[in-house]
Amino acid sequence: MVRFAVIVFPGTNCDFETERAIRKAGAEAERVWYRANLKDFDGVVLPGGFSYADYLRAGAIAARQEIMEEVKEFAREGRPILGICNGFQVLTEADLLPGALRPNRIPRFLCKWVHLRVNDVETPFTFLYEPGEVIRMPIAHAEGNYYIDDPSKVRVVFQYSDEKGNVSEEANPNGSVLNIAAIANEGGNVLGTMPHPERASDRFLGSEDGLRLFKSMVEWARR
Amino acid sequence: MRWKVTVIVRLKEGLNDPEGRVIGNALRNLGYAVDNLRVPKYFEFELESEEPEKEVEGMCKKLLANPLIHDYEYSIEPVS
Repeated sequence: MVRFAVIVFPGTNCDFETERAIRKAGAEAERVWYRANLKDFDGVVLPGGFSYADYLRAGAIAARQEIMEEVKEFAREGRPILGICNGFQVLTEADLLPGALRPNRIPRFLCKWVHLRVNDVETPFTFLYEPGEVIRMPIAHAEGNYYIDDPSKVRVVFQYSDEKGNVSEEANPNGSVLNIAAIANEGGNVLGTMPHPERASDRFLGSEDGLRLFKSMVEWARR
Repeated sequence: MRWKVTVIVRLKEGLNDPEGRVIGNALRNLGYAVDNLRVPKYFEFELESEEPEKEVEGMCKKLLANPLIHDYEYSIEPVS
């Protein structure tokens, strides 16, 4: 059975529910303290939370820890790496994904459900979705305003939209360039998402739309 | 040799600084004709080094600033 490491930094707080979602999707998952090593794992998930209390910039300090060298090695080998919220911030700060996540356009913490348009179904994390499908997941962040100087350089995976899939200024919660909510690297094996798929992985949470992301990742890792 | 270092990291010109905008608005509400308020980050520390310029430049590039969105400047003085 494939095994995923859920890396825990000081201040990470979405590790348990992320571990649970991966297990529900059919793989083994283990929460791993950031000083451990990653051998024996098939993929890595950087969960949400507030690593190092978001001091300096969200994700900046975690991105410079030694374990990230191993994560970079995973990325080079083409293994799946998923960063959720703070994990996305860590991946951009570690140069595993392009761009940066700035404070929200209106500088406050946003915690709400959003609609997302699935833009790229060719990645290991999204092949179980339909192109153009509209899904629901929650966001919970203060620094989710995605910025890149040239957006044509990125693989846009999810965009904030209305419930019909229109990608409009009104549907943009945080000011992200092109309503970007999730991106992948060129090879597709590194994904960063500000919305939390693990918080949409069970009907009792209000949506199961996020579970397919984990199922895609697990199925892909099995091949 | 011991040095006193100050580093200022600010958002690049043209990038929206939401914190600065809110503080600027609050000052305007108090009746001050404030415009374009920005909130840079300011760091000060002491450094033991034979090559302080090189090390401080490295610190800025590696951690203190994100070169995609920030500019930085610093000053280095000997600790007397």
